[in-house]
Amino acid sequence: MSENILEIRDLVVEYHTDDEVIHAVNNVRLSVKKGETIGLVGETGAGKTTIARSILRILPVPPAKVIGGEIFFEGQDIMKISEAEMRKIRGNRISMIFQDPMTALNPIETVGFQIREAILLHNKIKKVDAQERACKMLEMVGIPMDRYNEYPHQFSGGMKQRVVIAMALACNPELLLADEPTTALDVTIQAQVLDMMKDLKERLGTSVILITHDLGVVADSCDSVAVIYAGEIVEYGTAVHIFKTPTHPYTVGLFNSLPRLDSTERRLKPIKGLMPDPTNLPKGCKFCDRCPHATEKCSTSVPEVVEVTPGHLVKCFLSEVK
Amino acid sequence: MSALLDVRNLKKYFKTGGGMLHAVDDITFTLEAGKTIGVVGESGCGKTTLGRTVLHLLEPTDGQVFFDGEDITSPTKEELKKIRENMQIIFQDPYSSLDPRMSVSESISEPLVIQNKMTKAEIQEETMSLMETVGLAERFENSYPHELDGGRRQRIGIARALALKPKFIVCDEPVSALDVSIQAQVINLMLDLQEERGLAYMFVTHDLSVVKYISDDIMVMYLGQMVEKAPANELFSQPLHPYSKALLSAIPLPDIDKKAKRIIMQGEITSPINPKPGCRFMSRCRFACEACKEPQKLEEASANHFVACCRYKEI
Repeated sequence: MSENILEIRDLVVEYHTDDEVIHAVNNVRLSVKKGETIGLVGETGAGKTTIARSILRILPVPPAKVIGGEIFFEGQDIMKISEAEMRKIRGNRISMIFQDPMTALNPIETVGFQIREAILLHNKIKKVDAQERACKMLEMVGIPMDRYNEYPHQFSGGMKQRVVIAMALACNPELLLADEPTTALDVTIQAQVLDMMKDLKERLGTSVILITHDLGVVADSCDSVAVIYAGEIVEYGTAVHIFKTPTHPYTVGLFNSLPRLDSTERRLKPIKGLMPDPTNLPKGCKFCDRCPHATEKCSTSVPEVVEVTPGHLVKCFLSEVK
Repeated sequence: MSALLDVRNLKKYFKTGGGMLHAVDDITFTLEAGKTIGVVGESGCGKTTLGRTVLHLLEPTDGQVFFDGEDITSPTKEELKKIRENMQIIFQDPYSSLDPRMSVSESISEPLVIQNKMTKAEIQEETMSLMETVGLAERFENSYPHELDGGRRQRIGIARALALKPKFIVCDEPVSALDVSIQAQVINLMLDLQEERGLAYMFVTHDLSVVKYISDDIMVMYLGQMVEKAPANELFSQPLHPYSKALLSAIPLPDIDKKAKRIIMQGEITSPINPKPGCRFMSRCRFACEACKEPQKLEEASANHFVACCRYKEI
C-alpha cells in the first residue's frame, strides 16, 4: 500500500441523461506505483478519460455521477475530502495534460502568465520568483525564455503541447495524468514530446498515467498497461506481459488489427462488430458479441479476474480454465 | 498504355498577406489503374492541397494533369462534370463531411441524382446495392449521420465516392478519425473494392504504418515539395532522404523489443511563404552543406526510386 501512490478501488461512474443511463466506468481497480508509467489503452468511449477525470474530481456533474468506489492518493481517500482540500491537490500534487493543446490554453493570456498562475495558486511566493520558475519550466520543455510574453496562437501545435506540459509540471506533481498527450501531433513532434516526458519523469520521479489508443506509444513509454473495454479493465500486466503474451481476446484483436510494418499479408484482421452501446451493456462479458471464442457462458455470466502469471490479470473465462 | 493519372509539374500557390504560400510546388508523378500511391508528410506539407488540386477542387497555379490521356488542367464546367464521374474523393472527417440533414440513402444517392442518367427506381436499387457493397445494413437507410458511429459514417463517404463507378479516388486521411479495430475494417473494405473494381487510389495520410500497408508507391512530401518517391517496401527498408529517415524513425512501434533509434530533428521549420530556392529541409537537416542552398533536383537513385537530395549517396 505504501509504495502505491494511487489506488482506485471498484470505481463506478455513470452519466445520467433524461432518458438513459450510460455506464461509463464499471468496477475499475487500478494501482499506480511511485515513479511508474502506466498506460490506459482502449478505444473511443471505453471510459479512459472518465477515469482520469474522476481522479481529479473534474467530472461534469451532472450528468456524471460517481456511483461507488474509492480513490486513495497517498493513503488518503480523495473522494471524501472537501472541495477546498481537493483544490490544493489539483494542479499541484496531481495534474493533467489535456488531449487537445489547441483548446487547453487561454487564448487571451500569454503562455508565461498561464504557467505563473498555476505556480502562484499553489505556492506562497513572490510574483517575480514565480515568473522566474515559469521561465525555467519553459526552458525545460525546450522553449526559449524570451517567448514568455507570447500568446498561444503564436506557437505551433507541438509547442503548445509543450506549454501545457510545462504548466502541468510547474508544481512538481507526484502524479501526472496525460490524456492522449500526443494524439493531435505529427509523428516527429510526438517523438520529441514522448522523449521529453520520459526525460522529465526520470529527473523528477513523477508517476504517470498515460491515456492513449496508440499501442506504439505504449510500447515506447509504459512500464505497465491496463487494457480498457466498455468501462472495464479486461487485461492488466507489465508491458512485457501485454506485448509478449496478450491473453484477453480483445487485446489479441487489437494487436491483430494494427497494420504491421513488417507484415506482408494483404488483409488486416479487424475485430468484427462495434463497441457495445454503453446504455445497454451485455449481461455477461462485455466483449462476448465480438469475441471469436465466445460460448454460452460468456453471454450470461460475468467472468472473474484471473491472475494468469504473477502480476498479469485477465478478465476472461478462457483464462480461468487454464 | 499510358498511365491513368499523369501529373506534371503541378503547382498550387495561395496568396497571403506575407506573400505567396507555396502549398504544392512542382509535383510530378504518374499512377496506373488499379494501383495506390501513398502521400505522406507532416500537417501543413501540402498533401491535402495536392489531392484537391489533382481533382480540380482547387484551380492549379501551374502544371498539367492528364487523366486517361486527356488534358484536364483547365476544363469547362461541362467537361468538369464528366471528369468528376471518374474521379472522386473520400474526406478525412466523417463527422463534418456529411450533410446532417440528409439521410443515409439520400447522401449516397445524391451523386446519382445529379448525374441524372437513371430513373428513380434504378437510383433506389443502386443505392441499396451500394450500401450492401460498403457493409451498411439496410435498416440504416433512413438514419441520419448523427445516429451513426464514425466507422459507419466513413462507409457512407465511401459509398458516395463509389456511386458513379469512378476509376480513381483520392482518399484524404480516410481512417485517421477511426479507432484501430474499425480502421482495420475500413481498410479491408477499401482493399476489397480496389481488387473488385480495379480502382486507383491516391492515399493521403500521416499514418505511416497504414500507408505502407495499402500503397504500391509512396511519395514523401516536405513543405510542398516531393523529397522522395519509391516503392512502398523500398522506402521503408532504404529511405534515402534525411527527412524520410527522420520521419520513419519517429514511428512508435507496437513492439517492446524494437526500440527504434530516433532521429530527433532540430531547428525551425522553414516558412512555406516565399521560400528560398534551396532545399527546404535544410534548416532542420544534420547534413546540410553549401550545395543545399541550390535547388535540389529529383534523381533516380535506383529503378523507380527518386530522391531530391544532393548528398543522398554519402549519408
